[in-house]
Formats: sequence, structure tokens, C-alpha cells
Amino acid sequence: MMDYEKLMSENVRSLQPSGIRKFFDILDTMKDAISLGIGEPDFVTPWHIREAGVYSLEQGFTKYTSNAGLIRLRGAVTDYLKRRFDIDYDSSQVFITVGGSEAIDVCIRAMLNPGDEVIIPVPSFVCYGPLVTMANGVPVYVETKAENEFRLTAQEVRDAITPRTKLLVLPYPNNPTGAIMERDDLEAIAEVLRGTDIMVLSDEIYAELTYGQRHVSPCNIPELYERTLLVNGFSKAYAMTGWRLGYVCGPAPILKQMLKIHQYGIMSAPTTSQYAAIEALRGGDGDIETMRESYDRRRKLLLKGLRDLGLSCFEPRGAFYMFPKIDGFGLTSDEFCTRFLQEERVAIIPGTAFGSGGEGYTRICYASSVENIETALERLGGFLDHLREKR
Amino acid sequence: MNEILKLLEEDSRYTPAQIAAMTGKDEQYVRDTVKRCEEEHIINGYTTLVDWDRTSEEAVTAFIEVKITPQRDDGYDRIARRIYQYDEVESLYLMSGSFDFSVIVTGKSLREVSRFVAEKLAPIEGVISTATHFIMKRYKDKHRAFLVEPEQEERTLFV
Ligand SMILES: Cc1ncc(COP(=O)(O)O)c(C=O)c1O
Repeated sequence: MMDYEKLMSENVRSLQPSGIRKFFDILDTMKDAISLGIGEPDFVTPWHIREAGVYSLEQGFTKYTSNAGLIRLRGAVTDYLKRRFDIDYDSSQVFITVGGSEAIDVCIRAMLNPGDEVIIPVPSFVCYGPLVTMANGVPVYVETKAENEFRLTAQEVRDAITPRTKLLVLPYPNNPTGAIMERDDLEAIAEVLRGTDIMVLSDEIYAELTYGQRHVSPCNIPELYERTLLVNGFSKAYAMTGWRLGYVCGPAPILKQMLKIHQYGIMSAPTTSQYAAIEALRGGDGDIETMRESYDRRRKLLLKGLRDLGLSCFEPRGAFYMFPKIDGFGLTSDEFCTRFLQEERVAIIPGTAFGSGGEGYTRICYASSVENIETALERLGGFLDHLREKR
Repeated sequence: MNEILKLLEEDSRYTPAQIAAMTGKDEQYVRDTVKRCEEEHIINGYTTLVDWDRTSEEAVTAFIEVKITPQRDDGYDRIARRIYQYDEVESLYLMSGSFDFSVIVTGKSLREVSRFVAEKLAPIEGVISTATHFIMKRYKDKHRAFLVEPEQEERTLFV
């Protein structure tokens, strides 16, 4: 018998499998269970966008595109970034990827030499650390704090920097906390990075989903623009998760090198999706607004509901997640979420799934129907009463 | 006010408390606004979208184009009133284009609807002609699609 495990890359073996699986295995066996666990829009892609994809198939556009993606799409991306966020790129500074996910991966792989450090604020989306490990880099986690509304502070960045620091990940608006970074916060970080060679990887996949203020990108801060790799995509803004399309923008010399990874590993992003994406960028501003308003209503509903139940929850101003504190019941986040699922049939995710600093919190996704949110709140109320009685 | 109306149009079962939470207004304000809208006939009722095709109920719906003699002043309203008072009439619209009224009529059978057109609608003074189109299938009403779309299988578990 071959010992396959032993044959394999140590980097791969060192990666932790997702601890979340068990929730969904339990969920699968339950009737009338509700999931507020999956971080995905609950809308179907707007029809005019789907239709553009279908039309491209009718016309027989089924071949590879250029490695960097359709020139018309890249043009539409640069127009969009200018129009929506006042960010200037030309089409030599963009290429189209298989989701924001691939864009993040190529940024990390293109920049790191073995042993290079990447500063990653946590709690955050799960992919950055493992991708850094796979690129033989070293993830350096920085815990953001509830009292700072889970923003990354200049001091935290300063404390994490070493001579090996290559990249700083800025995952805002944030999954799972819903935190955003405003201009002042970014300017303070720009000050810390001034004079260093540290690059910023800005994951702006939720840029369109902010409530009460427009998203500010590091690219809007002159001192950060030249050191920023911007990652965005179509999944969240246009409810296009299954189309697997995103893009990366940055300094042309970096993009030119980075494109080699994409060229050898991917060839080109899905052609049908690229045609649909042109339509999304050209005609989708209204859809974004409609969906954003709908998330915002549910955000307010859930926030009020959680606070009425006596949970402390910072008001998230981006993405579609809420990150309430659940540490007062003598249970770990994992125990809390497991019991809530088993006893009340509602799936939410323990904060610890998103890295250290998540203990004592849970992520609730409000991209779900008002009815589901209401039912979940009702069941949470019963569950909390039960826990409080016991104590 | 418009935000509240849009929410009620989306789902008239939303409670004032829910609407208040979703809009960030207080509950009393929502109650007062809804009451005022009802009084001012901005809100004209609450109803339910039923797909009768999924029940054992026999029901047919027809869309009828009606032409009338040219009218002045409130002539259209007067004829309209004579049409819409019938319970069989579900909706009535004054149209631009090649005919004047669009009348949606429901009944238990083709025969019943045909008889309504022949005996009630066509004889109304001022009506010149009617053209009846029976509805074969209702796909969408009030922004709600009636076909149930399949759920995508095997979705990712964790993002
Ligand atoms: C913060 C963040 N970045 C990136 C992604 C990946 O998105 P995409 O579908 O574009 O690969 C997600 C998906 O949940 C996310 O939450």
C-alpha cells in the first residue's frame, strides 16, 4: 500500500479542513431548518445579465478569450471603477480572473518569496492564510477589536510589520464582521507604510454593499494607490457567485508578471461569464441599488432583533453579515452554534471559523428572506431564554 | 411614505413593527402613515395572489379589448363605471392605441365569460365592439412568477 499522505506536499497537509462542514452535515438531516450560514446573495442574477450570457452562447462564443480577458470587458471594468469609485486604471492594468478567489491567489503567489510575511487582519474570510502558506509565505494574523468596530488600526499594522513583511491584506468591507474602513483609517495606514516596500492587497468584493456611506478604496488614497493590488468581482454586487468571475487591478509591471500565473494555471476566465459581465457593468447599476436597499432593510431588521434580544452587536456598515457577541452564556462559539442548530434548527457560523479573535462571536448572514430572519430571531430568543434560565 | 408603500406592495403581511425595523422609522409613524394612506385611497386594499390552476377550482380569465364611441369630459369614466361595477370584472384600464378599454374578466367557464361579454358588456351604451382573448396560462402577476423554478443542487457549504 502506498502511503499517499506521506507523498503529499507538507504545505497542503498543514492546511486545516473547514470546521464548518459538521454544521451543514447536521443541517442536511433536519426538516424545517433555516440556514443563515452561507455568505451568498439570495438573489438570482438579474435576467438581463443572464440573457447576455445566453445570447453569447447563441452566437457561438464558446472559445477561449485572450488570457487577460475580453478587451471590452476590461474597458467596462475600468469605466466602472472610475464611475462608481473614482479609481483610475487603464486596461493594461486589469485582468479578468476566475472569481475574486483566483485574483487573491495570483496576487499572493506573484508577490511572495519563501518566508515572506503577509499581514492578515482577522476575523476575516478564510482564504488568505492558506493561500499564503501554499505560496511558502508566512501569514501574520492581526486581531481586530470590537471596540474599534473591527477596523484595522495604524498601530496594529505598525506592531505587525517586520523586515520580512511583503503584503498587507485589507479585506474591507469585511466578511464576517461587516466592518468598513473609512478615509481616515486608510490615511493612517498609508502613513505607517510610507517609505516601506509593503504592498496592499485590497479585497473589495463587497465594495458595492455599504450602508450609509460610499466605500473608500485604498486606491482613493494617493499614497496607497501605487502600492495597491485591487481585487474585486461580480459575485456579491451582481449576485453572480456561480459565474466565477472577478478581476485584479494594479501597477502594470506587476500585472504583467502576474498574468503568467493566470495564463499557465487558468488560460482564460469563462467566456460566457465574461459576456454576461459586460452587460452587468454597463447596465447593472440599478440592480446593485435594488439589492443593496433590500439587504439594508434586512440589516436593520436583524440588528434591531438581536439588540431586542439583549445581544450586543456592533452595527455593521458593509457586506451582508452581522457579528453579535454571544460570550455571556458559558459556551464557546462552537458550542453555542452547535447547540443552537441542534435545539432550534438554525445554522449560524461560530466566529472562530474566521480566525482568532472570533471566539465569543457568531456570524449571521442576512442575505436571506425576511421570513427566515424573523423565524431565526424567534428561535434565538427561545434559545437565549433557555440558556439564561440555566445560569 | 413611498418606502413603506413599496414594502407593503412586496408583502402586505409585513407588520408595522417589521416595517419600522426595516426602515428605521418608529412603529407609530408606520401605523399613522398606513392609516393615512388607507384614508386617502393611496392604499386600496390588501389581497392574496392565488394560482387557482393549482386548485380544483374551475376558473377562467379573459382579457377583453373594448372599443367605444368617442367621448368627451367624463364620458370615459361613466362608461367605465358601468363596466367595473360587475363583480365579474377583475381589472379595468383605459388604454391608448387601437382600442379604449382593457377589461379583465373572470368566471367559472368559457361559457360563463362569453355570456357575460355578450349579455352584459357588449350591450352597454357606447360600446362599439369587443374582442375576447382567453388567458391560457398565468406566468406572472404583480411581479410574482407563478412557475416554481427548480432549486440549484449541490451548492457550496462555506463562504
Ligand atoms: C471577503 C471575500 N473575498 C472573496 C470572496 C470570493 O469571491 P469570488 O466568488 O469572487 O471568488 C468571498 C466570498 O465569500 C469573500 O467573502
